[in-house]
Amino acid sequence: MKNIIAIFKKQIRDTLRNKTVLIQFLMFPAMTLIMNHTVRIPDMPQNFFVNLFAAMYIGMAPLTSIAAVISEEKEKNTLRVLILSNVKSYEYLLGIGSYVWLACMAGSMVICISGHYDWKTGLIFMGIMAVGILISLLIGAVIGIGSRTQMMATSITVPVMMIFSFLPMLSLFNGTVAKIARFAYSEQISRMLGSINSFELTAERIGVIGANIFIAALVFAATFRKCDLS
Amino acid sequence: MNVCIKADQLTVRFSQEPILDHLSFEVPEGMIFGLLGPSGAGKTTLIKVLTGQLCQKEGKAELFGKDTRSLTAAEHGKIGAMLDNCGLYERLSVYENLSFYADIYRVSRRGIPDILKSVGLYEARKTAVSKLSKGMKNRLSLARALMNHAKLLFLDEPTSGLDPVTTREIHGILTEERKKGTTVFLTTHNMFEAESICDYVILLHRGNIIERGRPADICRKYDHLNKLHITLTDDTELTLDNNSASASAIKEYLEQDRIRSIHSSEPTLETAFIELTGKGLQ
Ligand SMILES: Nc1ncnc2c1ncn2[C@@H]1O[C@H](COP(=O)(O)OP(=O)(O)OP(=O)(O)O)[C@@H](O)[C@H]1O
Ligand SMILES: [Mg+2]
Repeated sequence: MKNIIAIFKKQIRDTLRNKTVLIQFLMFPAMTLIMNHTVRIPDMPQNFFVNLFAAMYIGMAPLTSIAAVISEEKEKNTLRVLILSNVKSYEYLLGIGSYVWLACMAGSMVICISGHYDWKTGLIFMGIMAVGILISLLIGAVIGIGSRTQMMATSITVPVMMIFSFLPMLSLFNGTVAKIARFAYSEQISRMLGSINSFELTAERIGVIGANIFIAALVFAATFRKCDLS
Repeated sequence: MNVCIKADQLTVRFSQEPILDHLSFEVPEGMIFGLLGPSGAGKTTLIKVLTGQLCQKEGKAELFGKDTRSLTAAEHGKIGAMLDNCGLYERLSVYENLSFYADIYRVSRRGIPDILKSVGLYEARKTAVSKLSKGMKNRLSLARALMNHAKLLFLDEPTSGLDPVTTREIHGILTEERKKGTTVFLTTHNMFEAESICDYVILLHRGNIIERGRPADICRKYDHLNKLHITLTDDTELTLDNNSASASAIKEYLEQDRIRSIHSSEPTLETAFIELTGKGLQ
């Protein structure tokens, strides 16, 4: 536990000086705040920007930042020294993972506040974000663990992130895409956010999100066992 | 005397090619043990095996009597390592790097200033690692290795690329550590380093141990390579064996006043290495 906390604290210090990761955390919350208060389009659905950016935030921030953090530590050999100093792989991943998760939850909070929800809907909103961020974290960690360098991680992260975060938007315009997109967690989460005032957990939603978590966890476990962290 | 490290027929292959070839040696507690060899000899690979980062399939390696393929927290807690690529957090400051490791090693942060002073980085404690020179980074990663008061230090080329002053400072720290009873296992391709601070050295060439012993003993063993280099007044250069057989010739030159300079070349570890492999250490 002490190791996890130490890694968590180290990561706070590091992020404050790491512009690329910091931008990931801050960009969408800031954009939501600004757009939501300045842009007014006639007939715009309620909380249009909140929903759009929340879904994109889930698809981008946790995925890119955790992949960047892990792959950088692999590339610069800091991870090897940590493991040599008796830090267990799972302690490291929990430290980094909980940090990124909490940082993204803080960002989600900002987006949530821009939505002016009542407290019950706000809680549901945060709950949906929590699950979405977790799945993205797992995918990002898989990429981070599997890549030897940061460059390699980025080149895998970008297309993966594009697929998940643009699917919801594309499916608005294209019926065929919408049919496939149904099976992606990001699409389901985006739909839930869009109808948050009449929130209900349908079997499809539970099924798709459950399956996404299951697959992500499975791939994560396989990558973790195959590559370990060294 | 207790044995810290023991290797028995240790062999490591990368795609069938033996990188370490049936190595057997022991490192007793409390000495500075040097692994001397040119680039590509397998020094880093050996450190990786001994610290449990790489698992060999053939032969045995033990650390404190424990197989290196299954090291536990108990052994990890007794070793400090300074790897060839520093593994420091570039965006954190010197102090922050050490305080993070103080937490990881469960040692008090109060010792950090003293350690920083001993490696000469106290003034730079607030500087981000990315702004340090190579020598400063080396010293910081040495400081980190010293943090958990390890009984055994692994240092992979601790002074490579450093200026003579910093090198001497690091040697000073290492001899201090030995006085405290710490065992130091270091790799180098610098024969002066090996000769000046190591109590015992192994010469490694393409994964094989080609010579071993105390540096002075090894040099003495190659005493037949001791030569006299003579330059005569007419610029002729002569090389003679440094023994009685050359005496009459030298006496003659001296009597004729024909000697401009005379130097002897005592065998060094490098001489031994060249004699054994036909190649230099660099
Ligand atoms: N992961 C690897 N896969 C294949 N070959 C490797 C691997 N690691 C090292 N080698 C090879 O093993 C040999 C020994 O490498 P090693 O890094 O141990 O040398 P070294 O003595 O530390 O050299 P240097 O002084 O340059 O650091 C080299 O020929 C290298 O190419
Ligand atoms: Mg090396």
